[in-house]
Amino acid sequence: MGAEIHGTQKFNESKRTEIKFSEEAMATAKLLMSNYPQGKEKSAIIPILHIAQAEFGGWLSPEAMDYVAEILNIRPIEVFEVASFYTMFHLKPVGKCVFEVCQTSSCWLNGAEDIVKHIEKKLGIRVGETTADGMFTLKVAECLGSCGTAPMLQCGASYHENLTFEKVDRLIADYRTENKQKNYTDLDYKNTL
Amino acid sequence: MKVTIDGIEIDVPKGTTILQAARMIGADVAPPAMCYYTNLKTSGGYCRTCIVKVTQGSAANPTPMPKPVASCRTEVMDGMVVENFTNPEIVEARKGIVEFLLINHPLDCPVCDQAGECKLQDLGYENGLAESRYEFERREYEMIDIGEKIKLHMNRCILCYRCVKVAEQITDGRVHGVINRGDAAEISTYIEQAIDNEFSGNVIDVCPVGALTDKTFRFKQRVWFTKPMNAHRNCTSCSGKVRLWFKGDDVLRVTARKDEWDEAEEFICNGCRYDHKSKYDWVIEGPAPIHRQSVISQNKYANLDEKKLQELKNQKALGFMKIDKKP
Amino acid sequence: MPRKLLIQNVDVPGISSLETYRAHGGYASVEKALKTMRPEDVVEEVKKSGLRGRGGAGFPTGLKWSFLAKPEGVPRYLVCNADESEPGTFKDRFLMEKTPHSLVEGMITSAYALGVHTSYIYIRGEFFYVARILENAIKEAYAAGLLGKNILGTDFSLDCHVHVGAGAYICGEETALLESLEGKRGNPRIKPPFPAVAGLYGCPTVVNNVETIAAVAPIVNMGGDEYAKIGIGKSTGTKLISASGHINKPGVYEIELGLPVEEFIYGEEYCGGMRNGKKLKAVVAGGSSVPILPADLILKTANGEPRLMSYESLGDGGFQTGTMLGSGGFIVMNEDTSIVKNLFTFTRFYHHESCGQCSPCREGTGWMEKILQKFINGTAQESDVDLLWDVQGKIEGKTICPFGEAAAWPVAAAIRHFKDEFLEIARNKKFVDISHYEKLNGGLS
Repeated sequence: MGAEIHGTQKFNESKRTEIKFSEEAMATAKLLMSNYPQGKEKSAIIPILHIAQAEFGGWLSPEAMDYVAEILNIRPIEVFEVASFYTMFHLKPVGKCVFEVCQTSSCWLNGAEDIVKHIEKKLGIRVGETTADGMFTLKVAECLGSCGTAPMLQCGASYHENLTFEKVDRLIADYRTENKQKNYTDLDYKNTL
Repeated sequence: MKVTIDGIEIDVPKGTTILQAARMIGADVAPPAMCYYTNLKTSGGYCRTCIVKVTQGSAANPTPMPKPVASCRTEVMDGMVVENFTNPEIVEARKGIVEFLLINHPLDCPVCDQAGECKLQDLGYENGLAESRYEFERREYEMIDIGEKIKLHMNRCILCYRCVKVAEQITDGRVHGVINRGDAAEISTYIEQAIDNEFSGNVIDVCPVGALTDKTFRFKQRVWFTKPMNAHRNCTSCSGKVRLWFKGDDVLRVTARKDEWDEAEEFICNGCRYDHKSKYDWVIEGPAPIHRQSVISQNKYANLDEKKLQELKNQKALGFMKIDKKP
Repeated sequence: MPRKLLIQNVDVPGISSLETYRAHGGYASVEKALKTMRPEDVVEEVKKSGLRGRGGAGFPTGLKWSFLAKPEGVPRYLVCNADESEPGTFKDRFLMEKTPHSLVEGMITSAYALGVHTSYIYIRGEFFYVARILENAIKEAYAAGLLGKNILGTDFSLDCHVHVGAGAYICGEETALLESLEGKRGNPRIKPPFPAVAGLYGCPTVVNNVETIAAVAPIVNMGGDEYAKIGIGKSTGTKLISASGHINKPGVYEIELGLPVEEFIYGEEYCGGMRNGKKLKAVVAGGSSVPILPADLILKTANGEPRLMSYESLGDGGFQTGTMLGSGGFIVMNEDTSIVKNLFTFTRFYHHESCGQCSPCREGTGWMEKILQKFINGTAQESDVDLLWDVQGKIEGKTICPFGEAAAWPVAAAIRHFKDEFLEIARNKKFVDISHYEKLNGGLS
């Protein structure tokens, strides 16, 4: 694995004062915190980081993590430690649609490597890169629990399963047309092509 | 509670860990420990160098424990039988763990300030292979300054978590921690913050390797050419009991006093550590007790009174030593 | 027809709604337990049923429940482990997505048995859409008085919350899961103490897999003795198997334990045989962590007995010639498959997912992946096989949590049964992989 970030992070004080959850997001965050016993609100850190990622452009900047620390009344380093542990948190900017193609055993057995190559060719980027228009980021992922419908990729909340080259082409075209940032927290249910 | 370690029986109070019991018996049976630290709560269990085989769980339930256990985090049961150096499997397993700790370690001992007092160096010497079987590139990180006085050399870190626990337990606000995961995990501060706290310098003392070093001592002298003396001063922040490392009449660095297990007896404040580098600042008590085997000072000093040393050892092993922390 | 107790109604339209679920007998176990049984009676039925943890370890559930400490004035917690991440396993996702109320029902009945008033379902972050489905089901259950205060008019109260993770296989280990649920990094805890004594927020906690909790409902409904009649020997009841790989009909199947492996692979009711008529080469029977077995040993034990889908039969022969039922992640590989490459994907997975807390796993998993990468590059030497064997042995059993074994076992098994494949690559200095996509989609057989 390669960590996205190393060492200390740059912090932008003026940017920090600008960022703020929407009212709806803040209400959800407060509701999530109430799911845990009094004094244990830190439990809500992962769910709230998901919200922060969706609110602030699909990734977690140091300023965004600092803001989450403030909401939870914990030290910023505690947020950084957690955010950098879990693979769903992007600590660097990403495209509007992040394609995470599963590459573990069953997906590999069903052609995941060819799917990745196909996407690379189609988008003109390599794994880990983002298209120049900021529309797509291509990543590989480890087992996403979709082995019976391999090969598959996840984009935001949606699982796209039983992939073929044609399905991938359609998916890219559809997302381009839609031109919208896709988040894990998006409420749309399974999007089966 | 009676426990037998490598064939030697000892009576210990309830709540004693296997490692503590072994240390009470003596260095001949005590497992090495890279991450455990008596004065730091919840430390230990990570490095796995102290693993031992429990061949009998207790008198009441004699079944052996299926897997080797971390002796630093396993409490003794009455009638427990433990094998450490007498168990070839454990000796072999420990060699494996040392190899794991070394595959990404830079082995830059010739230019490392920790050389001579590095636990990994000792461990490698005792358990290491003559040559590395690891043929791949080692992990590399940029060196960073965490504050004016501390250098973080992440390449050398073995992720023992001691410095994190120091920051959490004896300073009033942790700004550094472990980020990322797996073999990409690293110690880091958040957003270029300095570890800036009256007790922050203790992260240097607890670091078992040369990952966190004292910038004011950087490249000043090899430790084995310096002479450690115990000294004290009136300090309003800590006990003021320290160890001064002399070269001639110059105090090159100030550290906590360490016991024979290389653990700080009492944590000291940054004032004592960094701001009092003149011998006139201190009341010198005399030469520091140094282990006979130490490279620092073979035969330089008389050994401490044996009985007193044993007493100290028992207290320490049981974790009774107080951290004299003000406030 | 084999009996189905968990997913028998998944094809019923609207079964994810409370109304339809109840119309098909749903929540009967809650009615029965809360109104006619004492909590200890429910525990007793679960003990009698012989139910074993369905997450992979196979520990008897009733026994695990009986360890739960019950100090006065201290809350207890029930946490459902829905962090399903073991490669090859997707049964819990299927169950939660199709019939979420089965899990909610099991949660209520189990919580009642354990005297728990707050429960959490920890679901892996990637299953966000499934979390929404569960949240909806929970909302319906609250509205119907099945959750909340005084459930069904009794004096039993229970809250249930869904908690999403954010991508970390290690959070499937129960103490890592608890750490994560407390808002920390998913580092497994050093045990003892076990969660039954000091779990979530330091309080006594039971952590059970989704399928285990869901199975409590039919057990209460039919009685433990009746449940124990299904299956074979100590492998009682039904089990969800996630079938994937080179088979005609991948998917989730509920089987009665004791079904012959051969029937499971070739039977029309199950996997429907090998795709494109290819020959069976090997099977990973219980998720990526369990030893891979070559075709002859997965179909028959070393003694020539038919191999059955049960804890005991799959384990027959130990690791020399057997494997484990594990999580029931059943990955089937045909004759074209490179075992070395498959192992590489597993080891890359474990390297990626190691939490990094203890040294053998942090350093060893990456080392193994790098050695295997040499095989894929065609640059490996014969001695690398021995090195790989040695490294896995130095991880196994030396780590804080069972992740070390999970990472080591697949390596050991691949070398044990397919050493020639490794040696061949090393001797020829060449590795040739086929395009599985073309083979499967282009029909280039």
